[in-house]
Amino acid sequence: MKQAGRYEPYSYFQLMEVSLRELLVEKGVVTDDAIAGAMAAMRARGPERGAAMVAHAWLDPAYKARMLADGSRAAEELGFEVPGLRLIVVENTSQAHNVIVCTLCSCYPRMLLGLPPEWYKSRPYRSRVVREPRKVLAEFGTKISPKLKIRVHDSNADMRYMVLPLRPEGTEGWSEARLATLVTRDCLIGVAVPTLPKISKTRKSK
Amino acid sequence: MGGLPAGKVRRSEHAYDDWELRVDAMMMLLVGVVGDAKRMTVDELRKNVEALTPEDYDKIGYYDRWVISLTQTMIQRGVITTDELAKKLVAVQKRGQTSISRPKRARSR
Repeated sequence: MKQAGRYEPYSYFQLMEVSLRELLVEKGVVTDDAIAGAMAAMRARGPERGAAMVAHAWLDPAYKARMLADGSRAAEELGFEVPGLRLIVVENTSQAHNVIVCTLCSCYPRMLLGLPPEWYKSRPYRSRVVREPRKVLAEFGTKISPKLKIRVHDSNADMRYMVLPLRPEGTEGWSEARLATLVTRDCLIGVAVPTLPKISKTRKSK
Repeated sequence: MGGLPAGKVRRSEHAYDDWELRVDAMMMLLVGVVGDAKRMTVDELRKNVEALTPEDYDKIGYYDRWVISLTQTMIQRGVITTDELAKKLVAVQKRGQTSISRPKRARSR
């Protein structure tokens, strides 16, 4: 672990972290190796996993059906473990847009998307997105047509949601890997929708 | 807090410090999501986070809340005692300085 070379006293909470950890290690509850392993595994998880599932579902209707029936199993099919909880994938359609939140705390499909952004855990997002989702989405630059319903899904300790966005028009013939690049973390949360990168009209995209 | 009035969503990311990731890792291990060290449930984590006063909840950072809750839960579960914790806190503090650098970002709320 690279150290910054600055030596500063522990904050109160860091002091508590060190103390708790050392006690748990001394008592044989956890090991330093197990903690390091869990940290490394968490660092390795990112939205690419969710994006891979979405791109796969866009190209394979049978997989999409399995994914909507059982998100956890569909994740495992692509080699992503989602232990200990139920993953529910909610599909955006021409009638409805989905967005996820955890009003109670910060439940998030972390096994597929990595750790949540700070705003997802913040009071304003958790308070407001269930009440005025359209306004909150607009603050993210995402305008949802008034014709569409917005469904807000509140996660909990046992079940997590992930959004299956609509495949953008103009992506016919794209490879799975290329499609996956359109699916950002915010699309999987539902505060954004996949869009094609802007290209100048004189140049054709590859 | 769902449905309560609140301000604009500040689109901030969370740059995770090592100590925060260690707290996260301890949670994953203690609730048994990974490994076989299960000593608690996620519901206990939340219960003890919610035991904070609303003022404290908003004043301290996300992983600050977690480390308090994990410690409290381990005491409630009898995994550690308050006496052991008190002695350990003093010993660690005496050891003094750490090379964990403080983040430059604003504290998470």
